[in-house]
Amino acid sequence: MAGHASKQIDSKTLWGGKTSPFSTSYGKLMMWFFLVSDALTFGGLLVAYGFTRHNYGGSWPIGEETFNSLPFLGHGYPLIYVALMTFILIVSSVTMVLAVEAGHRMDKRGVIKWMIATIIGGFIFLGSQAWEWSHFIHGSEFGKVELADGSLAVVKGHFGEIENFTVTKAGGHHQVGEKITEDVMHMYQHAVADGHIHNNVITLHDGSEATIAKKDNEHMKLLVKETGGKYDKGVVIEGAEAISMYEEVINSGEANRIIYGANLDGNEYGPKQYGQFFFFITGFHGFHVFSGVMINILILMGVVRGVYHKRGHYEMVEKTGLYWHFVDLVWVFVFTFFYLV
Amino acid sequence: MERDDIIEYSLDGHHSEEAGVKIRKKIWFVTALLTAITAVEVVLGMLIKQDSAAWPFVKWGFIIMTIIKAGYIVLVFMHLGEERKGLKYVILIPYFIFMLYLIFIMLWEGTAVGETIATYGS
Repeated sequence: MAGHASKQIDSKTLWGGKTSPFSTSYGKLMMWFFLVSDALTFGGLLVAYGFTRHNYGGSWPIGEETFNSLPFLGHGYPLIYVALMTFILIVSSVTMVLAVEAGHRMDKRGVIKWMIATIIGGFIFLGSQAWEWSHFIHGSEFGKVELADGSLAVVKGHFGEIENFTVTKAGGHHQVGEKITEDVMHMYQHAVADGHIHNNVITLHDGSEATIAKKDNEHMKLLVKETGGKYDKGVVIEGAEAISMYEEVINSGEANRIIYGANLDGNEYGPKQYGQFFFFITGFHGFHVFSGVMINILILMGVVRGVYHKRGHYEMVEKTGLYWHFVDLVWVFVFTFFYLV
Repeated sequence: MERDDIIEYSLDGHHSEEAGVKIRKKIWFVTALLTAITAVEVVLGMLIKQDSAAWPFVKWGFIIMTIIKAGYIVLVFMHLGEERKGLKYVILIPYFIFMLYLIFIMLWEGTAVGETIATYGS
Protein backbone atom coordinates (compact mmCIF):
# COMPACT_ATOMS: atom_id res chain seq x y z
CA MET A 1 0.00 0.00 0.00
CA ALA A 2 0.93 3.60 -0.40
CA GLY A 3 3.21 5.84 1.46
CA HIS A 4 3.31 4.70 5.04
CA ALA A 5 6.90 4.36 6.18
CA SER A 6 8.04 3.19 2.78
CA LYS A 7 11.09 5.46 2.61
CA GLN A 8 14.49 3.78 2.79
CA ILE A 9 16.83 5.53 5.21
CA ASP A 10 20.21 4.16 6.27
CA SER A 11 20.42 3.38 9.97
CA LYS A 12 22.99 6.08 10.73
CA THR A 13 20.66 8.83 9.54
CA LEU A 14 17.70 7.06 11.10
CA TRP A 15 19.03 6.92 14.67
CA GLY A 16 21.34 9.93 14.43
CA GLY A 17 18.80 12.47 15.61
CA LYS A 18 16.65 15.01 13.79
CA THR A 19 14.67 12.21 12.15
CA SER A 20 12.04 9.90 13.54
CA PRO A 21 13.27 6.31 13.69
CA PHE A 22 9.64 5.25 13.34
CA SER A 23 9.05 7.53 10.33
CA THR A 24 6.11 8.98 12.16
CA SER A 25 5.27 12.49 13.19
CA TYR A 26 5.38 13.44 16.85
CA GLY A 27 1.60 13.84 17.10
CA LYS A 28 0.80 10.43 15.68
CA LEU A 29 3.37 8.73 17.90
CA MET A 30 1.94 10.40 21.00
CA MET A 31 -1.58 9.36 19.98
CA TRP A 32 -0.36 5.77 19.79
CA PHE A 33 1.26 5.99 23.21
CA PHE A 34 -1.93 7.44 24.67
CA LEU A 35 -3.93 4.62 23.09
CA VAL A 36 -1.64 2.01 24.62
CA SER A 37 -2.16 3.51 28.06
CA ASP A 38 -5.92 3.71 27.50
CA ALA A 39 -5.89 0.10 26.32
CA LEU A 40 -4.19 -0.83 29.59
CA THR A 41 -7.00 0.92 31.50
CA PHE A 42 -9.70 -0.98 29.65
CA GLY A 43 -7.69 -4.19 29.88
CA GLY A 44 -7.46 -3.68 33.64
CA LEU A 45 -11.22 -3.12 33.90
CA LEU A 46 -12.07 -6.24 31.92
CA VAL A 47 -9.56 -8.31 33.89
CA ALA A 48 -11.11 -7.02 37.14
CA TYR A 49 -14.48 -8.17 35.78
CA GLY A 50 -12.96 -11.59 35.05
CA PHE A 51 -11.48 -11.73 38.55
CA THR A 52 -14.87 -11.04 40.15
CA ARG A 53 -16.54 -13.59 37.92
CA HIS A 54 -13.99 -16.26 38.78
CA ASN A 55 -14.26 -15.78 42.52
CA TYR A 56 -18.06 -15.55 42.58
CA GLY A 57 -19.58 -18.75 43.91
CA GLY A 58 -23.12 -18.46 42.49
CA SER A 59 -24.18 -18.45 38.88
CA TRP A 60 -23.25 -15.44 36.82
CA PRO A 61 -25.92 -13.84 34.59
CA ILE A 62 -26.04 -15.08 31.00
CA GLY A 63 -25.88 -12.39 28.31
CA GLU A 64 -28.62 -13.76 26.08
CA GLU A 65 -31.03 -14.04 29.04
CA THR A 66 -30.31 -10.55 30.31
CA PHE A 67 -30.17 -8.66 27.03
CA ASN A 68 -32.97 -10.02 24.87
CA SER A 69 -35.14 -7.00 24.09
CA LEU A 70 -35.54 -4.68 21.15
CA PRO A 71 -37.12 -1.20 21.19
CA PHE A 72 -40.85 -1.38 20.26
CA LEU A 73 -40.70 -5.16 19.76
CA GLY A 74 -40.39 -6.48 23.31
CA HIS A 75 -38.62 -9.65 24.40
CA GLY A 76 -37.31 -12.75 22.72
CA TYR A 77 -34.44 -11.33 20.66
CA PRO A 78 -31.30 -12.49 22.46
CA LEU A 79 -28.29 -10.26 21.83
CA ILE A 80 -29.73 -8.80 18.61
CA TYR A 81 -29.72 -5.27 19.99
CA VAL A 82 -26.11 -5.42 21.17
CA ALA A 83 -25.07 -6.96 17.86
CA LEU A 84 -26.78 -4.05 16.15
CA MET A 85 -24.84 -1.61 18.34
CA THR A 86 -21.62 -3.44 17.43
CA PHE A 87 -22.52 -3.18 13.75
CA ILE A 88 -23.24 0.56 14.06
CA LEU A 89 -19.86 1.14 15.65
CA ILE A 90 -18.06 -0.98 13.04
CA VAL A 91 -19.76 0.98 10.24
CA SER A 92 -18.81 4.31 11.80
CA SER A 93 -15.25 3.02 12.04
CA VAL A 94 -15.39 2.25 8.32
CA THR A 95 -16.65 5.72 7.44
CA MET A 96 -13.80 7.13 9.55
CA VAL A 97 -11.16 5.12 7.70
CA LEU A 98 -12.73 6.31 4.42
CA ALA A 99 -12.36 9.91 5.66
CA VAL A 100 -8.69 9.24 6.38
CA GLU A 101 -8.27 7.72 2.92
CA ALA A 102 -9.91 10.77 1.32
CA GLY A 103 -7.51 12.94 3.32
CA HIS A 104 -4.56 11.07 1.85
CA ARG A 105 -5.80 12.12 -1.60
CA MET A 106 -6.34 15.73 -0.38
CA ASP A 107 -10.03 15.28 -1.21
CA LYS A 108 -11.61 17.85 1.12
CA ARG A 109 -15.21 17.09 0.10
CA GLY A 110 -14.66 13.38 0.66
CA VAL A 111 -13.24 14.01 4.14
CA ILE A 112 -16.23 16.19 5.06
CA LYS A 113 -18.74 13.66 3.76
CA TRP A 114 -17.25 10.67 5.58
CA MET A 115 -16.61 12.57 8.80
CA ILE A 116 -20.25 13.65 8.95
CA ALA A 117 -21.27 10.02 8.46
CA THR A 118 -18.92 9.01 11.28
CA ILE A 119 -20.36 11.61 13.65
CA ILE A 120 -23.92 10.48 12.86
CA GLY A 121 -22.90 6.87 13.55
CA GLY A 122 -21.41 7.98 16.86
CA PHE A 123 -24.64 9.70 17.90
CA ILE A 124 -26.71 6.66 16.92
CA PHE A 125 -24.47 4.47 19.05
CA LEU A 126 -24.78 6.84 22.03
CA GLY A 127 -28.57 6.86 21.65
CA SER A 128 -28.60 3.07 21.55
CA GLN A 129 -26.53 2.92 24.67
CA ALA A 130 -28.92 5.31 26.44
CA TRP A 131 -31.80 2.98 25.58
CA GLU A 132 -29.79 -0.03 26.76
CA TRP A 133 -29.03 1.64 30.10
CA SER A 134 -32.61 2.74 30.58
CA HIS A 135 -33.80 -0.80 29.86
CA PHE A 136 -31.22 -2.31 32.21
CA ILE A 137 -32.13 0.12 35.02
CA HIS A 138 -35.90 -0.30 34.69
CA GLY A 139 -35.70 -4.04 34.26
CA SER A 140 -38.31 -6.59 33.29
CA GLU A 141 -42.00 -6.78 34.20
CA PHE A 142 -41.41 -9.78 36.46
CA GLY A 143 -38.14 -8.97 38.23
CA LYS A 144 -36.07 -11.44 40.22
CA VAL A 145 -38.01 -13.43 42.81
CA GLU A 146 -37.03 -14.93 46.15
CA LEU A 147 -38.96 -18.21 46.52
CA ALA A 148 -40.36 -19.64 49.76
CA ASP A 149 -37.17 -21.63 50.48
CA GLY A 150 -34.95 -18.60 49.87
CA SER A 151 -33.88 -19.61 46.34
CA LEU A 152 -33.42 -16.74 43.91
CA ALA A 153 -34.97 -17.11 40.46
CA VAL A 154 -35.03 -15.01 37.29
CA VAL A 155 -38.52 -14.97 35.75
CA LYS A 156 -39.36 -15.28 32.05
CA GLY A 157 -42.78 -15.31 30.40
CA HIS A 158 -45.64 -13.17 29.21
CA PHE A 159 -46.83 -10.59 31.73
CA GLY A 160 -50.63 -10.19 31.87
CA GLU A 161 -51.49 -6.54 31.37
CA ILE A 162 -52.80 -4.55 34.37
CA GLU A 163 -56.16 -3.01 33.42
CA ASN A 164 -56.96 -0.83 36.41
CA PHE A 165 -57.16 -0.50 40.19
CA THR A 166 -60.65 -0.08 41.74
CA VAL A 167 -60.44 1.79 45.03
CA THR A 168 -62.24 0.01 47.88
CA LYS A 169 -61.02 2.08 50.80
CA ALA A 170 -60.39 5.80 50.51
CA GLY A 171 -56.99 7.23 51.42
CA GLY A 172 -55.58 10.74 51.30
CA HIS A 173 -55.95 11.08 47.57
CA HIS A 174 -58.40 8.59 46.03
CA GLN A 175 -62.19 8.09 46.54
CA VAL A 176 -64.03 4.79 46.91
CA GLY A 177 -65.13 3.41 43.56
CA GLU A 178 -62.55 5.40 41.61
CA LYS A 179 -60.85 3.47 38.77
CA ILE A 180 -57.14 4.23 38.48
CA THR A 181 -55.69 3.55 35.03
CA GLU A 182 -52.69 5.82 34.85
CA ASP A 183 -49.17 4.73 35.80
CA VAL A 184 -50.53 1.45 37.19
CA MET A 185 -47.49 -0.67 36.25
CA HIS A 186 -45.18 1.67 38.12
CA MET A 187 -47.42 1.69 41.23
CA TYR A 188 -47.81 -2.08 41.01
CA GLN A 189 -44.05 -2.73 40.95
CA HIS A 190 -43.48 -0.36 43.86
CA ALA A 191 -46.19 -2.09 45.87
CA VAL A 192 -44.75 -5.54 45.06
CA ALA A 193 -41.23 -4.51 46.05
CA ASP A 194 -42.49 -2.99 49.31
CA GLY A 195 -44.81 -5.90 50.10
CA HIS A 196 -48.01 -3.84 49.83
CA ILE A 197 -50.18 -6.42 48.05
CA HIS A 198 -52.36 -8.92 49.96
CA ASN A 199 -54.90 -11.20 48.29
CA ASN A 200 -55.01 -9.09 45.16
CA VAL A 201 -55.57 -5.88 47.13
CA ILE A 202 -52.97 -3.16 46.68
CA THR A 203 -52.24 -0.50 49.29
CA LEU A 204 -51.29 2.71 47.50
CA HIS A 205 -48.93 5.44 48.65
CA ASP A 206 -51.73 7.63 50.01
CA GLY A 207 -53.04 4.78 52.17
CA SER A 208 -56.03 3.89 50.01
CA GLU A 209 -56.71 0.27 49.12
CA ALA A 210 -57.74 -1.03 45.72
CA THR A 211 -58.47 -4.31 43.98
CA ILE A 212 -56.30 -5.12 41.00
CA ALA A 213 -57.84 -5.99 37.62
CA LYS A 214 -55.09 -7.78 35.73
CA LYS A 215 -54.91 -10.35 32.95
CA ASP A 216 -53.26 -13.68 33.77
CA ASN A 217 -49.53 -14.20 33.44
CA GLU A 218 -48.74 -16.86 30.86
CA HIS A 219 -45.91 -19.17 29.79
CA MET A 220 -43.98 -18.48 32.96
CA LYS A 221 -40.59 -19.97 33.76
CA LEU A 222 -38.64 -19.56 36.98
CA LEU A 223 -34.91 -20.06 36.36
CA VAL A 224 -33.27 -20.79 39.72
CA LYS A 225 -29.96 -18.94 39.95
CA GLU A 226 -29.10 -19.41 43.61
CA THR A 227 -30.25 -22.24 45.79
CA GLY A 228 -32.02 -21.66 49.08
CA GLY A 229 -32.24 -25.34 49.95
CA LYS A 230 -35.18 -26.86 48.12
CA TYR A 231 -34.36 -25.95 44.53
CA ASP A 232 -30.92 -26.47 43.03
CA LYS A 233 -29.09 -23.93 40.92
CA GLY A 234 -30.07 -24.38 37.28
CA VAL A 235 -33.51 -25.86 37.98
CA VAL A 236 -36.30 -24.49 35.77
CA ILE A 237 -39.81 -24.38 37.24
CA GLU A 238 -42.51 -24.22 34.55
CA GLY A 239 -46.26 -24.25 33.98
CA ALA A 240 -48.96 -23.81 36.58
CA GLU A 241 -46.50 -24.41 39.40
CA ALA A 242 -44.36 -21.45 38.29
CA ILE A 243 -47.40 -19.17 38.03
CA SER A 244 -48.77 -20.08 41.45
CA MET A 245 -45.36 -19.83 43.14
CA TYR A 246 -44.80 -16.38 41.66
CA GLU A 247 -48.30 -15.19 42.59
CA GLU A 248 -47.80 -16.45 46.12
CA VAL A 249 -44.77 -14.19 46.51
CA ILE A 250 -46.64 -11.20 45.01
CA ASN A 251 -49.48 -11.66 47.51
CA SER A 252 -47.24 -12.48 50.46
CA GLY A 253 -47.14 -8.89 51.68
CA GLU A 254 -43.42 -9.27 52.40
CA ALA A 255 -41.05 -6.58 51.20
CA ASN A 256 -37.97 -7.10 49.00
CA ARG A 257 -38.85 -10.57 47.78
CA ILE A 258 -39.01 -9.25 44.24
CA ILE A 259 -36.35 -6.93 42.84
CA TYR A 260 -36.92 -4.97 39.63
CA GLY A 261 -34.22 -3.53 37.38
CA ALA A 262 -30.81 -2.46 38.54
CA ASN A 263 -28.97 0.10 40.61
CA LEU A 264 -25.65 0.11 42.45
CA ASP A 265 -27.14 -1.76 45.43
CA GLY A 266 -28.47 -4.72 43.50
CA ASN A 267 -30.16 -5.89 40.36
CA GLU A 268 -32.56 -8.48 39.07
CA TYR A 269 -30.05 -10.14 36.76
CA GLY A 270 -27.45 -11.50 39.15
CA PRO A 271 -24.98 -10.47 41.84
CA LYS A 272 -24.51 -6.84 42.78
CA GLN A 273 -21.04 -6.68 41.18
CA TYR A 274 -22.58 -7.56 37.80
CA GLY A 275 -24.59 -4.33 37.74
CA GLN A 276 -21.67 -2.31 39.00
CA PHE A 277 -19.34 -3.61 36.30
CA PHE A 278 -22.04 -3.08 33.68
CA PHE A 279 -22.41 0.56 34.67
CA PHE A 280 -18.70 1.19 34.98
CA ILE A 281 -17.36 -0.59 31.89
CA THR A 282 -20.11 0.35 29.42
CA GLY A 283 -20.28 3.80 31.01
CA PHE A 284 -16.54 4.39 30.66
CA HIS A 285 -16.70 3.18 27.09
CA GLY A 286 -19.73 5.38 26.39
CA PHE A 287 -17.80 8.33 27.78
CA HIS A 288 -15.01 7.55 25.31
CA VAL A 289 -17.53 7.42 22.46
CA PHE A 290 -18.97 10.76 23.57
CA SER A 291 -15.57 12.45 23.71
CA GLY A 292 -14.71 10.82 20.37
CA VAL A 293 -17.77 12.37 18.76
CA MET A 294 -16.89 15.77 20.24
CA ILE A 295 -13.29 15.57 18.97
CA ASN A 296 -14.57 14.49 15.55
CA ILE A 297 -16.86 17.52 15.45
CA LEU A 298 -13.95 19.84 16.31
CA ILE A 299 -11.75 18.30 13.63
CA LEU A 300 -14.61 18.47 11.11
CA MET A 301 -14.86 22.19 11.79
CA GLY A 302 -11.15 22.47 11.01
CA VAL A 303 -11.62 20.51 7.79
CA VAL A 304 -14.52 22.70 6.70
CA ARG A 305 -12.51 25.87 7.40
CA GLY A 306 -9.68 24.45 5.28
CA VAL A 307 -7.07 24.47 8.06
CA TYR A 308 -5.64 21.08 7.10
CA HIS A 309 -5.86 21.67 3.38
CA LYS A 310 -3.69 24.77 3.82
CA ARG A 311 -1.30 22.77 5.96
CA GLY A 312 -0.81 20.34 3.08
CA HIS A 313 -1.96 17.18 4.85
CA TYR A 314 -4.92 15.77 6.76
CA GLU A 315 -2.97 14.08 9.53
CA MET A 316 -5.27 15.51 12.20
CA VAL A 317 -8.08 13.46 10.66
CA GLU A 318 -5.84 10.41 10.82
CA LYS A 319 -5.06 11.04 14.50
CA THR A 320 -8.67 11.50 15.56
CA GLY A 321 -9.38 8.45 13.41
CA LEU A 322 -6.92 6.42 15.49
CA TYR A 323 -8.84 7.35 18.62
CA TRP A 324 -12.17 6.55 17.00
CA HIS A 325 -11.00 3.10 15.84
CA PHE A 326 -9.70 2.45 19.32
CA VAL A 327 -13.19 3.07 20.74
CA ASP A 328 -14.53 0.50 18.26
CA LEU A 329 -11.74 -1.89 19.26
CA VAL A 330 -12.65 -1.65 22.94
CA TRP A 331 -16.31 -2.31 22.15
CA VAL A 332 -15.36 -5.52 20.31
CA PHE A 333 -13.85 -6.79 23.57
CA VAL A 334 -16.67 -5.50 25.78
CA PHE A 335 -19.16 -7.23 23.45
CA THR A 336 -17.36 -10.55 23.80
CA PHE A 337 -16.57 -10.54 27.50
CA PHE A 338 -19.66 -8.81 28.83
CA TYR A 339 -22.36 -10.12 26.52
CA LEU A 340 -21.18 -13.30 24.82
CA VAL A 341 -19.15 -15.43 27.22
CA MET B 1 1.47 30.62 13.21
CA GLU B 2 4.66 29.02 11.91
CA ARG B 3 4.70 25.31 12.69
CA ASP B 4 8.03 23.73 13.60
CA ASP B 5 7.13 20.04 13.18
CA ILE B 6 8.78 18.06 10.42
CA ILE B 7 6.14 17.87 7.75
CA GLU B 8 7.63 15.06 5.67
CA TYR B 9 6.34 12.25 7.88
CA SER B 10 2.86 13.68 7.71
CA LEU B 11 3.05 13.58 3.93
CA ASP B 12 4.04 9.89 3.92
CA GLY B 13 0.46 8.77 3.90
CA HIS B 14 -0.45 10.53 0.67
CA HIS B 15 -1.42 8.36 -2.26
CA SER B 16 -2.82 8.64 -5.78
CA GLU B 17 -6.40 8.20 -6.99
CA GLU B 18 -5.56 4.75 -8.42
CA ALA B 19 -4.02 3.59 -5.14
CA GLY B 20 -7.11 4.94 -3.38
CA VAL B 21 -9.38 2.64 -5.37
CA LYS B 22 -7.39 -0.38 -4.18
CA ILE B 23 -7.34 0.82 -0.58
CA ARG B 24 -11.10 1.39 -0.54
CA LYS B 25 -11.63 -2.10 -1.90
CA LYS B 26 -9.65 -3.50 1.01
CA ILE B 27 -11.62 -1.35 3.48
CA TRP B 28 -14.95 -2.72 2.22
CA PHE B 29 -13.60 -6.26 2.32
CA VAL B 30 -12.62 -5.83 5.98
CA THR B 31 -16.05 -4.31 6.71
CA ALA B 32 -17.81 -7.36 5.28
CA LEU B 33 -15.50 -9.66 7.23
CA LEU B 34 -16.07 -7.89 10.58
CA THR B 35 -19.84 -7.88 10.03
CA ALA B 36 -19.84 -11.56 9.10
CA ILE B 37 -17.84 -12.51 12.21
CA THR B 38 -20.22 -10.52 14.45
CA ALA B 39 -23.22 -12.25 12.82
CA VAL B 40 -21.64 -15.69 13.37
CA GLU B 41 -21.03 -14.81 17.03
CA VAL B 42 -24.64 -13.80 17.60
CA VAL B 43 -26.04 -16.91 15.88
CA LEU B 44 -23.72 -19.17 17.88
CA GLY B 45 -24.70 -17.36 21.08
CA MET B 46 -28.37 -18.00 20.33
CA LEU B 47 -27.99 -21.64 19.32
CA ILE B 48 -25.59 -22.95 21.93
CA LYS B 49 -26.52 -22.55 25.57
CA GLN B 50 -23.94 -22.16 28.29
CA ASP B 51 -24.83 -25.50 29.89
CA SER B 52 -24.30 -27.53 26.70
CA ALA B 53 -21.26 -29.73 26.15
CA ALA B 54 -20.14 -27.67 23.17
CA TRP B 55 -20.03 -24.44 25.18
CA PRO B 56 -16.29 -24.48 26.09
CA PHE B 57 -15.39 -24.75 22.39
CA VAL B 58 -17.84 -21.99 21.47
CA LYS B 59 -16.41 -19.80 24.20
CA TRP B 60 -12.89 -20.20 22.89
CA GLY B 61 -14.27 -19.66 19.40
CA PHE B 62 -15.67 -16.32 20.56
CA ILE B 63 -12.33 -15.31 22.02
CA ILE B 64 -10.45 -16.28 18.84
CA MET B 65 -12.99 -14.44 16.65
CA THR B 66 -12.64 -11.37 18.86
CA ILE B 67 -8.88 -11.39 18.45
CA ILE B 68 -9.25 -11.75 14.66
CA LYS B 69 -11.62 -8.75 14.62
CA ALA B 70 -9.25 -6.75 16.82
CA GLY B 71 -6.33 -7.65 14.53
CA TYR B 72 -8.12 -6.35 11.44
CA ILE B 73 -9.14 -3.14 13.20
CA VAL B 74 -5.64 -2.42 14.49
CA LEU B 75 -3.64 -3.52 11.45
CA VAL B 76 -5.91 -2.24 8.64
CA PHE B 77 -8.17 0.49 10.04
CA MET B 78 -5.49 1.95 12.27
CA HIS B 79 -2.80 1.33 9.62
CA LEU B 80 -0.46 -0.23 12.16
CA GLY B 81 0.31 -2.99 9.66
CA GLU B 82 1.81 -0.38 7.34
CA GLU B 83 3.89 1.44 9.90
CA ARG B 84 7.58 0.77 10.41
CA LYS B 85 8.24 -2.57 12.14
CA GLY B 86 9.84 -0.82 15.13
CA LEU B 87 6.69 1.17 15.87
CA LYS B 88 4.44 -1.85 15.38
CA TYR B 89 6.34 -3.96 17.89
CA VAL B 90 6.84 -1.15 20.41
CA ILE B 91 3.05 -0.88 20.52
CA LEU B 92 2.12 -4.55 20.44
CA ILE B 93 4.77 -6.59 22.26
CA PRO B 94 4.90 -4.87 25.68
CA TYR B 95 1.10 -4.67 25.75
CA PHE B 96 0.64 -8.36 24.96
CA ILE B 97 3.25 -9.53 27.45
CA PHE B 98 1.73 -7.44 30.23
CA MET B 99 -1.91 -8.31 29.45
CA LEU B 100 -1.30 -12.06 29.14
CA TYR B 101 0.45 -11.99 32.49
CA LEU B 102 -2.30 -9.89 34.09
CA ILE B 103 -5.07 -12.13 32.73
CA PHE B 104 -3.30 -15.27 33.91
CA ILE B 105 -2.48 -14.00 37.40
CA MET B 106 -5.84 -12.32 38.08
CA LEU B 107 -8.04 -15.17 36.91
CA TRP B 108 -5.91 -17.65 38.84
CA GLU B 109 -6.12 -15.48 41.92
CA GLY B 110 -9.87 -14.99 41.42
CA THR B 111 -10.47 -18.72 41.42
CA ALA B 112 -8.30 -19.12 44.52
CA VAL B 113 -10.16 -16.36 46.36
CA GLY B 114 -13.46 -17.98 45.35
CA GLU B 115 -12.35 -21.33 46.74
CA THR B 116 -11.22 -19.72 49.97
CA ILE B 117 -14.61 -18.05 50.40
CA ALA B 118 -16.36 -21.34 49.63
CA THR B 119 -14.28 -23.15 52.24
CA TYR B 120 -13.99 -20.64 55.05
CA GLY B 121 -16.82 -18.18 54.38
CA SER B 122 -16.46 -14.55 53.45
